[in-house]
Amino acid sequence: MSDTFNRVKNIIVDRLDVEESKVTLESTFKDDLGADSLDVVELIMELEDEFDLEISDEDAEKIRTVGDVVTYIEQHQ
Amino acid sequence: MTGRVSIITGASRGIGRAIAVELGKGGGQVVVNYVGRVDDARETARLVEQAGGRAIVEQADVSLAEDADRLVESALAAFGRLDVVVNNAGITRDTLILRMKDEDWDAVMNTNLKGAFHLIRSAARPMMKQRRGRIINIASVVGIVGNAGQANYVSAKAGLIGLTKTAARELAGRGITVNAVAPGFIETDMTAELQSDVVAKMVEQIPLGHVGKPEDVAKAVDFLASDKAAYITGQVLNVDGGMVM
Repeated sequence: MSDTFNRVKNIIVDRLDVEESKVTLESTFKDDLGADSLDVVELIMELEDEFDLEISDEDAEKIRTVGDVVTYIEQHQ
Repeated sequence: MTGRVSIITGASRGIGRAIAVELGKGGGQVVVNYVGRVDDARETARLVEQAGGRAIVEQADVSLAEDADRLVESALAAFGRLDVVVNNAGITRDTLILRMKDEDWDAVMNTNLKGAFHLIRSAARPMMKQRRGRIINIASVVGIVGNAGQANYVSAKAGLIGLTKTAARELAGRGITVNAVAPGFIETDMTAELQSDVVAKMVEQIPLGHVGKPEDVAKAVDFLASDKAAYITGQVLNVDGGMVM
């Protein structure tokens, strides 16, 4: 498991108040992790701070799974 | 709530000053925002402290996004938290539509409506993290009924009411309430410019029979900012002696 994944996972567990075991690369934010649209916006803003990058609205809309976020961050750092 | 932290825009005088003093009572911590009148803002801060609160004075033009961000940061830096935002800053450039210049329209829109949008956007983030917050927008009854000679001001105030309802819906899930207070005819520098026959005509329209004071508006804001108003969001509270109902 990559360091990026672990950092992302910690933020998700903290923000969405979900069990650590539920957060896998395949889990989807809306269906598996129960995030509403505001949760996703909050998460993205927090990830931007954590990884010091900017995720455009266009890219943010494409994000469905935890794996999508990890890949995006690793490609843009 | 003791020690509650508030930002009040346009707090150097008038309704903004009265709100700052009211929210400062009993240990409230207040960021007194102003654009140009630093001496007046300092006087507001003195009145807040005299009322038992703490105050800092912060220059910011909320029509600029970076100034709104800075205003929120200054509250967090000084007091470590942000509980209440009061979007009060407002200007007028009154004239009939036929005579109204684009600059008159833009100036009023930028301060009165875009400024509130900027500050809500900046403040929402720390409030969402806290899972609580109170946003109160100072609209006007003219935003509900219209007023000849104030197309820009009325449009901005009507827009502010729409912004209030939308922000209320978006932020409700995070324990943040958003309401508007719509003053009627209140004795301030802004209304002091009106001629006495205009004033007499307006007073005839007020069931309670007299003009309001900035403190009347401040008390309504204080209520909406308190825990007593926890179940109220997306509403417009008219403080107008019954002028509009």
